[in-house]
Amino acid sequence: MIKVLFFAHLQEEIGRGEMELDNADIPVRNLKSYLQEKYNLSRMDQVMVAINEEYAVDDDEIKDGDVVAFIPPVSGG
Amino acid sequence: MTDNFDIIDTPIDTQSLIDKVTKREAGAITIFIGTVREWTEGKKTLTLEYQAYKPMAIQKLKEIGEEIQSKWPKTEVAITHRIGHLGITDIAVVIAVSSPHRKAAYEANEYAIKRIKQIVPIWKKEHWEDGETWIGDQLETTPYPSGKPNVKDESND
Repeated sequence: MIKVLFFAHLQEEIGRGEMELDNADIPVRNLKSYLQEKYNLSRMDQVMVAINEEYAVDDDEIKDGDVVAFIPPVSGG
Repeated sequence: MTDNFDIIDTPIDTQSLIDKVTKREAGAITIFIGTVREWTEGKKTLTLEYQAYKPMAIQKLKEIGEEIQSKWPKTEVAITHRIGHLGITDIAVVIAVSSPHRKAAYEANEYAIKRIKQIVPIWKKEHWEDGETWIGDQLETTPYPSGKPNVKDESND
């Protein structure tokens, strides 16, 4: 199981801030496209992914137990 | 040092950040206070809502502090960002930097706010008179030309 977190506009498009999925042992790229298709998400090309609170790239592998966060462009400050 | 970086949902006490960076070796303290602006590009903001991925945001604030201390030795840094609903003129972020001499404190403080806008997972939702939207970046344009944020340390230009 992995825990997936969503923020800002993604959270509103999906309708929830987090979910648990069985999709372990796949690269970030695959989870991204799976969710994009399933929830018909817009603007995913600009969205970053963090695994266990550290920025990841599309090739990084997601392991069982990971917390994967989808991070839209940030706008703090 | 750990307590120097925080995300809170209550008003920020600026004096407490000054206290955190005050030390006998320091000869200067700079404070940056980011407030909620009413007008942006002709649009009137009514309220703002900030959201954060809190544990990661605190971690990234700490990293900014570490970057600053390696670039400007003998500095002390404290940053607090507020989340939740904020009104016009409310304080959203306070950055305090102390250093032996003023130049480093000024430079490091500006560096900190630039880095916050690049790597810290905090989002701002603008509520206008005619609608609302999550802001992608401070320019309301395509956020990451390179496809991802500049998470690497950047030079202090």
